[in-house]
Amino acid sequence: MVFGALGRLFGKIKTGLSKTRSALGDALRGLIGQGRHIDQDFLDELEYRLLAADIGVAKTEAIVAEVQQRYKAGELAPGEELLDLIKRSLRNELEESLPEELNWAESGPTVVLVVGVNGAGKTTSVAKLAKRFKDLDKKVLIAAGDTYRAAAVEQLEIWADRVGVDLIKQKTGSDAAAVAFDAVAAADARGADLVLIDTAGRLHNKEHLMRELEKVRRVIQKRVPAAPHETLLVLDATAGQNAIQQAKLFDASMGITGLILTKLDGTAKGGVAITIKRELGLPVRFIGVGEGMDDLQPFEPDAFINAILGTEGGASA
Amino acid sequence: MFESISERFSSIFDKLRYGGALTEDNIREGLREVRRALLEADVNVDVVKEFLDKCTAKAVGEDIVKGVEPGQQVVQIVHDQLIELMGESDTEIPFAKNGPTVILMAGLQGSGKTTTTAKLAMMLLGMGKRPMMVAADLQRPAAIEQLKILGEHVGVPVFHESGMTPPELCAKALKHAEGDNRDVILLDTAGRLHVDDQLMDEIADVSKRTKPTQTYLVVDSMTGQDAVNSAKAFNERLEIDGVIFTKLDGDTRGGAIVSLRHIVGKPIKFIGVGEKIEAVQPFQPDRYARRILGMGDILSFVEKAQGAIDEKEAAKLEEKFLKNKFDLEDFSKQLQTIMKMGSLKDLLGLIPGVGAKFKQLDIDESVFKKYQAIISSMTGYERARPDLIDMSRRRRIANGSGNSTHEVQTLLKQFQTMKKMMGKFGDIQEMAGKLPEQDELTPEQLANPQAFMPNPNRLFSARVDKKAERKAKQDKKKKRKMAKKNKR
Repeated sequence: MVFGALGRLFGKIKTGLSKTRSALGDALRGLIGQGRHIDQDFLDELEYRLLAADIGVAKTEAIVAEVQQRYKAGELAPGEELLDLIKRSLRNELEESLPEELNWAESGPTVVLVVGVNGAGKTTSVAKLAKRFKDLDKKVLIAAGDTYRAAAVEQLEIWADRVGVDLIKQKTGSDAAAVAFDAVAAADARGADLVLIDTAGRLHNKEHLMRELEKVRRVIQKRVPAAPHETLLVLDATAGQNAIQQAKLFDASMGITGLILTKLDGTAKGGVAITIKRELGLPVRFIGVGEGMDDLQPFEPDAFINAILGTEGGASA
Repeated sequence: MFESISERFSSIFDKLRYGGALTEDNIREGLREVRRALLEADVNVDVVKEFLDKCTAKAVGEDIVKGVEPGQQVVQIVHDQLIELMGESDTEIPFAKNGPTVILMAGLQGSGKTTTTAKLAMMLLGMGKRPMMVAADLQRPAAIEQLKILGEHVGVPVFHESGMTPPELCAKALKHAEGDNRDVILLDTAGRLHVDDQLMDEIADVSKRTKPTQTYLVVDSMTGQDAVNSAKAFNERLEIDGVIFTKLDGDTRGGAIVSLRHIVGKPIKFIGVGEKIEAVQPFQPDRYARRILGMGDILSFVEKAQGAIDEKEAAKLEEKFLKNKFDLEDFSKQLQTIMKMGSLKDLLGLIPGVGAKFKQLDIDESVFKKYQAIISSMTGYERARPDLIDMSRRRRIANGSGNSTHEVQTLLKQFQTMKKMMGKFGDIQEMAGKLPEQDELTPEQLANPQAFMPNPNRLFSARVDKKAERKAKQDKKKKRKMAKKNKR
């Protein structure tokens, strides 16, 4: 059932995972034996897996306690396995995937700002988003708003060419806000559906750089007051607990509407996203699973949880 | 950098201080807190376990030293173990004895290889080497362009030829370097996932063909638990000689440093601490260990200051301070020095006990540049006698520097305030005199630097001018008397 529904997506995440995965599913199943009791070894193993997935110590302890308590309270549904109970607990942390992929503007172009720390994968994600929505027959425009890093403009230029969308750019060193404004104005004039604005990577603790980003937002609002319709934070799945701090500060400054979790095709599981969802209410919207322009998928909580636990198929959570 | 873990440790050690004798039971709770702190800092879960097992083994059964609190003893053990784990400092680049030195840079996508390659090239230039960089990242669009731009910026040639695979390209670069009399060759490679067999084969091939003198793994210091998986895989294929941690100017606690040191056992060579091309530093393990234990990093602060300050200039300035002859010209020079030292907030963060207090403080450093502009629009006469700047001069200065007269006024006011602050330099000297020597610190103090550090807030509190206060009181009295008289 689950396999059929998740299809290609799960396969892609799994390919990466299977190589170094020491399957928790198997480990836990072994510990449970025939299925329905729980002991300290089992809880230790569960805790270990959750910690290793970067879920964080506080959240991990909470999840383990919750599983223990639910199990004691006899909350196992008929026919359900202990693993399903764990999945259910984790599943509660993550929202259903949103019905619409983006919060589309009621009229005029939808403006999406893509932000994040250095090296998270913003530029590649912008290219992938452009491809995805172009394939959905949207008229897409992208803006080379990273005017700081050497050759960032050229990088996006190559992507724009590959994907086949228009690019708005100025030369490196120019004002990022001006590029963003031009892009929004151009999108408006050309009747584009979607404008994706790339920005320079910045560490969240550098106030002056965060203020520069706020300026980008203010300036595009002069042209489209409801913009940005989405501000997506790109998060490297290999990131540890510092990701919470990233999300907190970017959210405080920019009002983040969702996350793009990149590099999930490695062995990192990005479990910190669960904590971010819990603490800040920011959902993962898309995941990056490769370097190709088609390697972006809408977030699927079930597949994500299965990847964290190393479980597959079996009964649905 | 690591204030958060330092604070945590401080509070943990406070708790431990009230333990009894050293038994497994009473240290367990304390070590549990240490465990949480290390996990939150992204130290790998296996590493944490091993580290704590070692600490427990050391602590349990250890004779209680007379006059030392048991908790303090545990602190000492954790501290020593951490220092031991971090190992000796090893930040030398062992250059090849014959022929050019080849340095291979490897790592995951986005870890900062290209930027770090350029930073190292710049550092090597400073060491009198003739480096060359090789753009062998054929994966990411415009990566070659990026390295070329950076190369131009630092003044180091970049080798690239199209139509070749990375191993071919790197092999050819070596030949080219010989002809060009280059003595260090830096190979910048594409970011790759350790589970991507094809790309791992490719970089292994690069390594086979170029026989690098040194292979460095570049790791993002914000990496979580997975750091050990990728590092292990890279080490198996390439035999890395050292690790470079990037983006340490963020607020990450950098637990991956501890993990990699333990799991891979290779020295951490350098750390990247900013986007500027010179922002790379040798890694100092003992300093990092002390820092994670809450000692701050006075040494880094002093070094930064020494690098930026010209001794003779400083002596001249000091004299001017004392004679209260400090003018705008000096102010401008001082601003330049401060700007050379880097971000003010980073600097403050290096001082033990101070970092946390300034965490929320918002320092707008662009104002320095503005002030520089304003001062450079003044005549020498105006700089020496700012008190003589009238409205018409103010307007001219404002126009000349592209600011408003209001901003010129603000600068002048700030300068006046600063002159008043000069009086407080005596306080700083006094405070500095009370600081203990680095080597004399006990683990107790080490765990809680606030206890012995003078309170820095004192500097910023208003200074009570007793004379003026007395005068004000007398004035009040007089007024009251007068009022009474008038009533009559």
